[in-house]
Amino acid sequence: MARTSAGSRLFDTVNAGILIIVALVAIIPFLFVLSGSFTASEELLNRGVVLIPTKFSLDGYRYIFSADTILRSLGVTVFITVAGTLINLIFTTLTAYPLARKEFWGRGPVMLLILFTMLFSGGMIPTFLVVKSLGLLNSFWSLLIPNAISAFNLIVLRSFFLQLPDGLEESAKIDGCNDFQILLRIALPLSLPALATFALFYAVGHWNTFFNAILYINDNTKWPIQVWLRQIVILSQGGVGDSQNMGADYVVPPGEVIKMAVIVVSTVPILLVYPFLQKHFAKGVLLGSVKG
Amino acid sequence: MMAAPGLLYFALFKYLPMWGVLIAFKDYLPFRGFWNSPWVGFKHFDRFFHDSVFRVLFENTLILAVYNIVFFFPVPILIALMLNEMRLEGLKRSIQTAIYIPHFVSWVVVVGMAYTFFSTEGGIFTNMLVHAGFGEVNFLMSNEWFRPMIILESIWKESGWGTIIFLAALSGVDPTLYEAARMDGASRIRQVWHITLPAIRSTIVILFILRLGSFLDTGFEQIFLMLNSTNREVGEVFDTYVYTNGVQQGQFSFSTAVGLFKSLVGLLLVAAANRLAKRFGEQGVY
Repeated sequence: MARTSAGSRLFDTVNAGILIIVALVAIIPFLFVLSGSFTASEELLNRGVVLIPTKFSLDGYRYIFSADTILRSLGVTVFITVAGTLINLIFTTLTAYPLARKEFWGRGPVMLLILFTMLFSGGMIPTFLVVKSLGLLNSFWSLLIPNAISAFNLIVLRSFFLQLPDGLEESAKIDGCNDFQILLRIALPLSLPALATFALFYAVGHWNTFFNAILYINDNTKWPIQVWLRQIVILSQGGVGDSQNMGADYVVPPGEVIKMAVIVVSTVPILLVYPFLQKHFAKGVLLGSVKG
Repeated sequence: MMAAPGLLYFALFKYLPMWGVLIAFKDYLPFRGFWNSPWVGFKHFDRFFHDSVFRVLFENTLILAVYNIVFFFPVPILIALMLNEMRLEGLKRSIQTAIYIPHFVSWVVVVGMAYTFFSTEGGIFTNMLVHAGFGEVNFLMSNEWFRPMIILESIWKESGWGTIIFLAALSGVDPTLYEAARMDGASRIRQVWHITLPAIRSTIVILFILRLGSFLDTGFEQIFLMLNSTNREVGEVFDTYVYTNGVQQGQFSFSTAVGLFKSLVGLLLVAAANRLAKRFGEQGVY
C-alpha cells in the first residue's frame, strides 16, 4: 500500500464509522427484543424495555409454553422446513440436471417456458383454485408442493451443471454408470456449494412461510409459527398460554414480554442455521449473480 | 425422463393457473366449475376500470413503487461502495455478517418488531420519543406514516443483503486502475467516482431493469401485515385488494381480472425496460 495521506485516513475513519452504525442498526432491534423477552414484569413497568435489564425472568417463555399452541406450531414449522427443503432440492436437481444435458430433446424451448414463469404468472386466485381443485386445502401438501421449484434456483443450478466438463460424464458412462448414478456420484458432489446455498434459501423460505398458510390452511392446529406470530404480535389476538394450570396467584406476564418471547422462538432457530452455511452461500450467491 | 416430476410441477402450478386466468372473462361459479361457468367478456375489467377503487389502488401502488426506487434502490449500492473501501478485512466481515441477518427473518417478524417498537402502548421507540419531548407519534395507525414505515422496513430488512451482488461485481475490478489513478493524484472519492462506480454500472442497470419488472410488486406480505383499518386508504394495493376480494369474499372472477391487469402491466414494464437498457448499450436481462 502506498503512503496514506491525511485525507485518505480521514476518509477511512468516517467510512468505518458510518458502516459500524449501519451494522448496529441492523442488529440492535434484535437485541432489544431478546432482552425484552427476558425482562421481569416489575422492571418492565418501571423502566420499559431496556437493552440491559437488571432483573431477568423466564416468565414470558414459561407462559407461551404452558399451552401446546406454540410448541405444536413450531413442530409444524420444523416439519414443513425439513420436508419442504428436501422436496425442493430433489425436484430442483432432478429437473436442472437433465436440462443441462445435450441429449435432452427440446431443452431450449423448455428453458424458455420455465424462464417465462418468472415474468408472468396466473396470479393468486387461479393458483388458489388449482390448489383447491387438487384437494390440497387444509393439508400440509399445500405448503410443500406449490413451491416445489424456484425457477431462479433451477436456472442457476443448471448453469452450474453446464460448467461440468463433458469428459467426466463420458468416463463415468464407460465405467458403467447410468444417468442417476452420474448425477448422484459425480454431478452432485461437485455442486455441493450451490446445493448448500439453495438448501439454506429454501429452508429460510419454508421457515418463514406465512402467506401460503393463510391462503390454504384454515385449521389453526395446522398453522405454522409465523401465522401465530401475526395473531399474537400484530393482531394481539389469541391467548397462547394456559394460565388455568398455573397456581391461583399466577399473574400472566405483560403483553410486551409475551410478544417478544414469541418473536424470539420463531426467529432464533432459523438464525442458527445461518452461520453454518455462511461460507457456502457467499460462493453460491456469487455464482447466481454472475449468471444473473 | 428424470425431469418429469419437475416439468409436471411447472405445468400444474405455473401453466395451469396461467390458463386459469380465463375465469377473468367468465362469471366463475364454484359449483358449476371452470368449464360450465358462462363467458362474460370484459365485464369484470369494465367494472374495475370504472370503479373508484381503481384509481386508489393504482395511485397507492405507484407511489410505493416510486418511493422504493428512489429511497430503497440506491442504499445497497452506497453500502457496497463503502464496504469496498474498507481496509480492515476483519471489521468488514463482521459488518457484512451483521447487515445480512435481517434478510433471514420473515416479514411477520419485521412487522411484529415494528409493532413492538412503534406501538403507542409501550412501544420502545415511541417511549423514547416521548421521553425526549417529541410527543407521541402514531406510526402504525396513520396515513402519513404508512409509506415511510414500509420503505424503512424494506431498507432495514433487505439493503444489507442487496450489497452482495454489487460487492461481487466490485471484486472483479482491476487493482491497477486504482494505482494509476493514485499516480494521477486522484483522491479516494474521485477514485470511487471514476473507477468503482463505472465498474458496477452494468450490474446496477440489470438490477434496475429487474426492479422495474416487478415495479408493481410492492411486497405483498409486508403490506398485508402493515395494513389496518386506519391506513387502508393509502395502503391498499393491487395484491392486497385481490386477496380481500377474491379469497375472503369469493369474487374469484373479478379479482382474477384485477390480478391479470397487474401481471400484464408488469410484463410490459419488463419488456420496455429491457429494450431501454439495450438502447443504452447495456446487456439487458434476456
